[in-house]
Amino acid sequence: MIELRSLCRTYRMGSEDVHALANVTLSIKKGEHIAVVGPSGSGKSTLLNILGCLDRPTSGSYRFSGQEVAELGEVELSGLRQRWIGFVFQFFHLLPRLDAVGNVEVPMLFAGVEREERRRRARWALEAVGLEHRLRHKPEELSGGERQRVAIARSVVMGPRLLLADEPTGNLDRHSAEEIMDLIERMNAEGLTLIVVTHDPAIAQRAGRIVRLEDGRVVEGGPDIPPQS
Amino acid sequence: MKALDLIRFAIGALVGHRLRTVLSVSGVAVGIAAVVALTALGEGARLYVTGEFEALGANILIVIPGRVETTGAMPFGGVTHDLTLEDVRAMRARVRHALRIAPLAMGTETVRYGGLSRSLPVIGTTSEFREVRRVTMGAGRFLPEGDMDQGGSQVVLGIKAAEELFGSANPLGRIVRIGEWRFRVIGVMAPRGRGLGFDFDDLVIIPVRTNLAMFNKTTLFRVFVEIDGADAMRVSERELEELMEARHRVRDVTVIAQDSVVESFSSILGAMTLALAGIASVSLAVAGIGIMNVMLVSVSERRTEIGLLRALGAGKGQILTVFLTEAIMLSGFGGLLGLVMGLGAVAVFVEIYPAFPATPPLWAIATAIAMSLGVGAVFGVWPARDAIRLDPIQALARR
Repeated sequence: MIELRSLCRTYRMGSEDVHALANVTLSIKKGEHIAVVGPSGSGKSTLLNILGCLDRPTSGSYRFSGQEVAELGEVELSGLRQRWIGFVFQFFHLLPRLDAVGNVEVPMLFAGVEREERRRRARWALEAVGLEHRLRHKPEELSGGERQRVAIARSVVMGPRLLLADEPTGNLDRHSAEEIMDLIERMNAEGLTLIVVTHDPAIAQRAGRIVRLEDGRVVEGGPDIPPQS
Repeated sequence: MKALDLIRFAIGALVGHRLRTVLSVSGVAVGIAAVVALTALGEGARLYVTGEFEALGANILIVIPGRVETTGAMPFGGVTHDLTLEDVRAMRARVRHALRIAPLAMGTETVRYGGLSRSLPVIGTTSEFREVRRVTMGAGRFLPEGDMDQGGSQVVLGIKAAEELFGSANPLGRIVRIGEWRFRVIGVMAPRGRGLGFDFDDLVIIPVRTNLAMFNKTTLFRVFVEIDGADAMRVSERELEELMEARHRVRDVTVIAQDSVVESFSSILGAMTLALAGIASVSLAVAGIGIMNVMLVSVSERRTEIGLLRALGAGKGQILTVFLTEAIMLSGFGGLLGLVMGLGAVAVFVEIYPAFPATPPLWAIATAIAMSLGVGAVFGVWPARDAIRLDPIQALARR
């Protein structure tokens, strides 16, 4: 589903070029569960930005479901993100002024979904993450685990094919972390492609494949290096 | 994104950040209120002054003794002749388009009735003054028509002078003393208020000849000449000047067309209004900087929000639209509030000084509203524009 070929992303910092990603080649199949690991500054964020179509590679090719992303315009990229990619973050990033249903509605708001339909789908998504009893609660009235469930409901409400999770359990206790991982792995088992960026070896071990980045290069889990058993 | 959803989302954001909203709205409101109130005062001053002049009646030429010139010396040794009733008589005979001519003599004297006395301006004129200065009578009648050289011992009182001297008693037919002279009250003028140096309510009017005799003078203070049409103003002005030059052998009077005075006052006060608007718009600019500060302070919070909306599939254009809607609602609401505050302040002012026609000009209101919207849009969207360029994942990786 995802094909990265000789992908580079270079930033200009002062007079120097910084290679955030250098010659990354990676292939991810539909329904895979991938963990991306590596020290900070290794290019994890940049990779996530590019996979999530929030940033464009400097050179190389990124195909998403066979579509060359570089050929898409700004509006089409937004549409692709909206329709096919879900994001989950370490700090949840719920809008504090909106209740659970309101937060889950936000992506549909920008997609122009009718109000009644939004309500219906938001409820359905919150039920799917086990929060049917918290529909009208504001984020501040929810526990960390519950907040992340709302965020997951928000990320899947548009029915994406790819879920990008950036340290999804980094701000949760062990027990909540287990629950959240169980939840997204269940979605993964139903066919959702899952990419988790993490520092936590225990979380990484749950993935089907670990991709390790160092200095913008794939040093483990890429096509040339056989995946760890 | 649907318009209604957009507005609802923006309202949610504004209500969600209450302090920021209140600060911005009150900043804009104070700026707009200042523009509305200050321009209302300026415009009020203009209307007041021009209204006073126009109360004189249209097509009036004013003859003033003495020559207004930039060179100091007079020809023929600088003799200035009096402006006399003889001159007025000549004007009557020679200025073809003169409709009415009202001479005006001035003095101040003590007016007594019973045990009460009051020092008042004493104006000497003729019956024609009534039309020329548009005097309306409250009771009785104005000076009688007749030969201006006849004099007479009738007096017309201003309303305040009448009240001060007679209280609630009817002054008509009573005898008052002005200095050593005795006059019969034949009329009381309707209330009119202060106008161009005179308080019309607090003076007395007597026949011009009697006035000159009382103050032992021969020269008039002014002569008002009403012309029978606007077209004849220029011709009549020249006729008056030539006539007076012929009579006095020097140019020693000044003829002013009232319209030109009104015009110049109007333009001076119009400029003052503009200056006041300029001062007030400084406060509007300050309000704009206030909005900008508030927006910049909250920019880290907004960065994550912007990053989040981007990640959730909102396009850059959509996000800018959201921020623009928010900013316009913020400044629009502030503008409305300021308008209400400004109009309220003007209403209170008019309540205290009813004679002063303080009204904010429409152009000032329109400009102020447009400026507030502009200020809000620019200072509200600008930080958002910057934030959109940032790396969303990095913004979202922080708390």
